[in-house]
Amino acid sequence: MIKAILIFNNHGKPRLSKFYEHYNEDTEQQIIRETFHLVSKRDENVCNFLEGGMLIGGSDYRLIYRHYATLYFVFCVDSSESELGILDLIQVFVETLDKCFENVCELDLIFHVDKVHNILAEMVMGGMVLETNMNEIITQVDSQNKMEKSETFIFQSTRQDR
Amino acid sequence: MPAVSKGDGMRGLAVFISDIRNCKSKEAEIKRINKELANIRSKFKGDKALDGYSKKKYVCKLLFIFLLGHDIDFGHMEAVNLLSSNKYTEKQIGYLFISVLVNSNSELIRLINNAIKNDLSSRNPTFMCLALHCIANVGSREMAEAFASEIPRILVAGDTMDSVKQSAALCLLRLYKTSPDLVLMGEWTSRVVHLLNDQHMGVVTAAISLITCLSQKNPDEFKTCVSLAVSRLSRIVSSASTDLQDYTYYFVPAPWLSCKLLRLLQCYPPPEDGAVKGRLVECLETILNKAQEPPKSKKVQHSNAKNAILFEAISLIIHYDSEPNLLVRACNQLGQFLQHRETNLRYLALESMCTLASSEFSHEAVKTHIETVINALKTERDVSVRQRAADLLYAMCDRSNAKQIVAEMLSYLETADYSIREEMVLKVAILAEKYAVDYSWYVDTILNLIRIAGDYVSEEVWYRVIQIVINRDDVQGYAAKTVFEALQAPACHENMVKVGGYILGEFGNLIAGDPRSSPLVQFNLLHSKFHLCSVPTRALLLSAYIKFINLFPETKATIQEVLRCDSQIRNSDVELQQRAVEYLKLSSIASTDVLATVLEEMPPFPERESSILAKLKKKKGPGAVSVPDLEDGKREGGELNGGGERGPDSAAMSASNASTPSPSADLLGMRSAAPMSAAPTSAGSLLVDVFSEAGPAAPSAAVNDDGFLRFVCKNNGVLFENQLLQIGIKSEYRQNLGRMYLFYGNKTSVQFASFTTTVSCPGELQSHILSILRLNVQTKPVEPVVEGGAQIQQVLNIECLTDFSEAPLLNIKFRYGGALQNLSLKLPVTINKFFQPTEMTSHDFFQRWKQLSQPQQEAQKIFKANHSMDTEVLKAKLLGLGTALLDDVDPNPENYVCAGVIQTKGQQVGCLLRLEPNGQAQMYRLTLRCSKDSVSLRLCELLAQQF
Repeated sequence: MIKAILIFNNHGKPRLSKFYEHYNEDTEQQIIRETFHLVSKRDENVCNFLEGGMLIGGSDYRLIYRHYATLYFVFCVDSSESELGILDLIQVFVETLDKCFENVCELDLIFHVDKVHNILAEMVMGGMVLETNMNEIITQVDSQNKMEKSETFIFQSTRQDR
Repeated sequence: MPAVSKGDGMRGLAVFISDIRNCKSKEAEIKRINKELANIRSKFKGDKALDGYSKKKYVCKLLFIFLLGHDIDFGHMEAVNLLSSNKYTEKQIGYLFISVLVNSNSELIRLINNAIKNDLSSRNPTFMCLALHCIANVGSREMAEAFASEIPRILVAGDTMDSVKQSAALCLLRLYKTSPDLVLMGEWTSRVVHLLNDQHMGVVTAAISLITCLSQKNPDEFKTCVSLAVSRLSRIVSSASTDLQDYTYYFVPAPWLSCKLLRLLQCYPPPEDGAVKGRLVECLETILNKAQEPPKSKKVQHSNAKNAILFEAISLIIHYDSEPNLLVRACNQLGQFLQHRETNLRYLALESMCTLASSEFSHEAVKTHIETVINALKTERDVSVRQRAADLLYAMCDRSNAKQIVAEMLSYLETADYSIREEMVLKVAILAEKYAVDYSWYVDTILNLIRIAGDYVSEEVWYRVIQIVINRDDVQGYAAKTVFEALQAPACHENMVKVGGYILGEFGNLIAGDPRSSPLVQFNLLHSKFHLCSVPTRALLLSAYIKFINLFPETKATIQEVLRCDSQIRNSDVELQQRAVEYLKLSSIASTDVLATVLEEMPPFPERESSILAKLKKKKGPGAVSVPDLEDGKREGGELNGGGERGPDSAAMSASNASTPSPSADLLGMRSAAPMSAAPTSAGSLLVDVFSEAGPAAPSAAVNDDGFLRFVCKNNGVLFENQLLQIGIKSEYRQNLGRMYLFYGNKTSVQFASFTTTVSCPGELQSHILSILRLNVQTKPVEPVVEGGAQIQQVLNIECLTDFSEAPLLNIKFRYGGALQNLSLKLPVTINKFFQPTEMTSHDFFQRWKQLSQPQQEAQKIFKANHSMDTEVLKAKLLGLGTALLDDVDPNPENYVCAGVIQTKGQQVGCLLRLEPNGQAQMYRLTLRCSKDSVSLRLCELLAQQF
């Protein structure tokens, strides 16, 4: 099971956090900090797996991560998941984001947190993988956007928007 | 066209985010956020009704603020209102808010549930998916109560859209995980298994997670998934890289699904059906072959996906542990990976090899890679890889390579990362002890360990070396000489002083003949370290000094002088002062005879589980340490598994065994305040409780065998239950092998600490190597902590070596609150579990019956019925027994006859059974004839209590 999915940048600023188990807010923030601390000090070319920090379950859990330019994508998973499989999943997630946002960059994640959440929800649900096929995921996201478009048309207004 | 157009977002949100990003300081950021929170709050509270768009915008802002790590304590109500909107965008953002910011506010949950209910029945697939996602994300008890019966219906309904099916499967899984009692098995379960055949690969992907989880909990009910999974896997593996279109990932067909299928199969033993098994073996071979083919792409994603499948296939091969051919191929493949340039692959290969090392078929093959692994330990740049290399060396260690491995580990320790030093020290200590042929090597190793990594040598390690030196006469002189030499170093670790003080105090006389280590030289050497040591070590040294007075009367004056000086006799530490005063008095009052008795050499320590092993188990969790038992497991099983785990303090103190008549001055007994104050005549009072609570002094419960008899004719159920603990059993047997799963459920809300279980076979503990071991039970250690409400599982592997009548005993110890709980249960492993049913005709049956005509081969009992005499009940019981129930054999149709063969490792025992009920008298006559008389007796005994 996937326990948490975290995205933060090279400075540890969280860009997405999705926990599939309940922690209180303070613990969640601590987990993000601890994970950043563990992951960021690792060289490139070392392996992409490491044992989880103390907060997120100790040695039964693994952190599996990839580092893309300015962002770290970290999946915290238990022993029932294949490490390499999760690496592939991260890649699918990133490629999907890239397609949806056209050359995704950190700013896209900042300004469209809700969209990122929706895309992720098409892949992972309650900590389990729902779909791995990128085209299928994009089709779903597309159809949502169409619905959204047809609705936002009504809102197109010039009112003060603060 | 990009799926998300960037322009049409909410401008107010974008402005807010930009403001935050432009903040120069944390303070400015907090200020801006507080301003925004106040703004949103007033908007929510304001008189003017907000339209959906504004609500959505504010909720998005709250989400963003939450991500930055700020508490959000309002807005939930607005989010719930969004749920009931008819607009997709509003509904979606409402659900998103609820999923990210769940609040256990029950008032709110009711409203949310209401909205979910509406969406589930809306027949709009998008809305249904949103609702299902929400349930899966929150997964609370209230939601389970509301929807646990609804979801399965959606999942298996014929007209449900594929995307909804996917969501429903994972939603159900989540509910099953959080509230298994509310998800009732039913007609849907059989249809769920068939989702493995679904046309839509996404549905299979989602369903397989559900099926895997259900299979783990109810393996029997979901057995049919094995053949379905094999055929699905085989179709994927044999497909060309283009067949599966979108599910082909970098030229690898459906890698994720393949991995999951291989994982599912790991929940089960190898398929019994020959055709299915053949197909599976073929798949595994294909996967292994593909690994050798040239890659279809240079991209790392390609090899990654391919290897993900390969590693899962290897895990399955290791899990089956029955195909020597595949095991060796797996080992060779992993061997290649050990030198791969991808760090990930080296890491995983080291890890998989660790489990491979414990299989008898591949242990030798793993050993051939020793040089590579040692090299990895020395040169890997990544500490997590080095850690795996150290684990593997530990796992592959046996008598033939122990010296090499221990030497390598020791030299690695000098530069090892701090994070893994303590564990390395424990491992070295265990290996050195386990494979020591020559105990001087052992002593050298441990002293080296203290020299190199003294800070990381825990009490358990140095207690253990002392225990071993005391128990082995042949090494005592050498140990004394070696510690004496080690203490010569100008700076030596305090642990070295402890070991030195203890050993010289006991065995200094063995080297006193040499003028270079005369008694006075020894004493001066020890005393030169005294002032640098902590209080406990000083206390130990004082005890060593008094022992010196006994060993070497010529040192008496010098030592008395030391004890008498103010810094001892008026020491501010009570313990030290007391020792100084008492030892001084003892040495001046007592006669030499009395001294000799009081200060006699320590008696041998009782042999039991190494305290170090217990510590490593605690540190590493189950499985991690059991590996090297492979070679010696059977022989030393009694020692390793049988002994109670003892607290660290008791490890070296337990010498004061109640059965030892000599008043043993407990050198390390720093807990007992006045070890010397009692005169020798009242030796008994010296034996204060030096056992820690976890030791053998713990009150041991009488063996409980209430549950035992209920399991003669069945394999699964609850074995034991009281207010604290429930123990469930699932077991399966094939031939002479069995596997039993024990489930320990904590019924309280408080955690159980120091939870340990041991399984012992009667006869194994009392008798020695020469007696016959009848049953071999191997366990993996359990987690030492069971959280309140949690359940942990333990697997026992059972091998029937020869027929037996005594069942193994399970002993469970744990702390609940402050109190130690101790429980002994008979495990329901009975001889009939190893039955193979035998079908035979009436003619054959009676012919065999006659052949087994020697009087001792038959056992018979006539007894009153204790249970219903209903035919179906009786039949079920006889089938549960494991024999074949033979129809049309006995001329009297009222009677039951059965036949079976009991499979033991050494031999097979044929058994025939005849049960003659007498309904009027409510009596039975039971007759057994077996080719071995002890079996007839035992079966008769067992069965007479079943009907």
